[in-house]
Amino acid sequence: MASSPQTLFEKVWHRHEVVAETPATPAVLYIDLHLIHEVTSPQAFTVLRERGLKLRRPELTFATMDHSTPTRTEQVFGGAPITIEAAARQVRELEVNCAAFGVELLGLRHARRGIVHIIGPELGLTQPGRTVVCGDSHTSTHGALGALAFGIGTTEVGHVLATQCLLQRKPRTLAINVSGKLAGGVTAKDLILAIIGKIGVAGGTGHVIEYRGETIRSLGLDERMTVCNMSIEAGARAGMIAPDETTYAYLAGRPRAPQGAAWDEALEGWRQLPTDVGARFDREVDIDAASLEPMVTYGTNPGMVIPISGSIPQRPGDAAYAKSLAYMGFEPGRPIAEQPVNVVFVGSCTNGRLSDLRDAASLLRGRKVARGVQMLVVPGSQEVKREAEAEGLHTVFLEAGAEWRESGCSMCLGMNGDLVPKGQYAVSTSNRNFEGRQGVGARTLLASPLTAAASAVRGRLTDPRELM
Amino acid sequence: MDPIKTLRSRTVVLPVSDVDTDQIIPARFLTTTTRSGLGANLFADWRYGSDGTPKPDFVLNRPEAKGCAILVAGNNFGCGSSREHAPWALTEYGFRAVVSTQIADIFRNNSLKNGLVPVIVDQGTHGWLMEHPGTEVTIDLESTSLKLPTGESVRFPLEPFARFCLMNGVDELGFLLGREKEIGAYEQRQGAGYCV
Repeated sequence: MASSPQTLFEKVWHRHEVVAETPATPAVLYIDLHLIHEVTSPQAFTVLRERGLKLRRPELTFATMDHSTPTRTEQVFGGAPITIEAAARQVRELEVNCAAFGVELLGLRHARRGIVHIIGPELGLTQPGRTVVCGDSHTSTHGALGALAFGIGTTEVGHVLATQCLLQRKPRTLAINVSGKLAGGVTAKDLILAIIGKIGVAGGTGHVIEYRGETIRSLGLDERMTVCNMSIEAGARAGMIAPDETTYAYLAGRPRAPQGAAWDEALEGWRQLPTDVGARFDREVDIDAASLEPMVTYGTNPGMVIPISGSIPQRPGDAAYAKSLAYMGFEPGRPIAEQPVNVVFVGSCTNGRLSDLRDAASLLRGRKVARGVQMLVVPGSQEVKREAEAEGLHTVFLEAGAEWRESGCSMCLGMNGDLVPKGQYAVSTSNRNFEGRQGVGARTLLASPLTAAASAVRGRLTDPRELM
Repeated sequence: MDPIKTLRSRTVVLPVSDVDTDQIIPARFLTTTTRSGLGANLFADWRYGSDGTPKPDFVLNRPEAKGCAILVAGNNFGCGSSREHAPWALTEYGFRAVVSTQIADIFRNNSLKNGLVPVIVDQGTHGWLMEHPGTEVTIDLESTSLKLPTGESVRFPLEPFARFCLMNGVDELGFLLGREKEIGAYEQRQGAGYCV
């Protein structure tokens, strides 16, 4: 049967339609992998209890804890209690819920615990062509392996727990075609910040993005995850990258990836997933990667971004813009480079993988964090932590004067005790520079791990190419 | 969830674009394990000073904001995280609808499941509403329209099934549970291939 050319997204979507959408009702979409964590699941379990429901597919449900968990070793592994009592309660409640409903949990002291979006791919749970959801907007990360992965609210977490399905309207498609080679010192983080700067924080609303082109193909999986991770910062429902040999090499041998004959069978299916020649997208945007510089945000949303050599834009008469700059303590027209920095954070689901830590360490080796700067390096998972330590990266960080912590969301969001003090400037490898995101009154400059490390050394926002 | 057919209320205008969910309910309040108690911390960092006292110039702290159930905000409301705590905070505070030119996908989905009506209007209507805070408007779900005191009425998009759920006070979970036969048949077709 001849069928019309389809995009990667359309193929995954159609394969998961339990009931197709009609004008009156959304599609019933089947979910292959449901990741849950301590912050957005408790109220969903409460609904199951109230309605006397069981989990439909506990074996497709997988739990960890990351958002509100501490990163100080003594609080994770004993010796000191979790400082925030409500966070400790969330941890206990997830343990109780997982035991009661039969969900596998990588708990606080588990050797493979980590940020949910780091450990899904790392364990091989995230696979091409799967539908993956989690009560967290950065679920878009998993799209880097060719999965359709998106964040949901707690009510929908309950829907998936009870039925393994969601009611969804089919989103539109947006192709972002990236060509040209990234220059030295310019990373996947700079690329996605530039994309958000171009299409805006609502530019992807209602769409699933597929990142395409030679530049995307040349990225490793860690970098692809950085790109897909921030799709939500452009408002997109999800971000996807077609699976290829890089994807298969990444997945081969991972604990939950198929093995032996099952691998061969899976691989045959995955090879059918990439967008067909001639398939149409609802929108397309072209990006020239070769012209990019290291990027940095200067305002209070990720779309407020400029090259590190640039100046704060002028927008006379825009009161909301003026309010944002007032929060940041910036004046229009001023160069962003050389901005003094108080805190540097390397970590998060955006940049907490091994290659990110290698990038940061490459600039810190033999150097010191500037006096008066606090630098926190937080691996995205306990596995990343072990791998980094096996390479001696932790020694580089510690000798430079940075702190080396246990895995978790940490300073990306101010709910686990890792906070940027009021009024201080943080160069952060995380994903959001919203007001108060890293602590009340904190001023966040989003950047790559290279820019973060260079800025830590100088104590001022620094183009990493100056230290390379 | 109580059925909603029409909403008639004065508006509160929050003249800020790209209001993100970290502003609606800051992350430090997400350590709760229940849905209740979040309304008091709605827009906490804009609403209260560092000593916890209300900032008199913030819109929600002005006397005329009392009892208003419709929030008119700048372009692109609700971007950022998937936290359903955002619509929980807004509804517990007393809002029943949010009006903007664009509303972020996950926030809109979460709002519809909590009886908070997301109303997307054109720039012209939005501009008029921004310039007339405290005006009394009617949101009618039967005709999916927003009626202004000028007599003008503008339609807004609302997904038909979500509209049905809002108007009848039913939740989607019941509908999904009713698809048991189709879900079971789908699982049979897939076999064991999707087990983790």
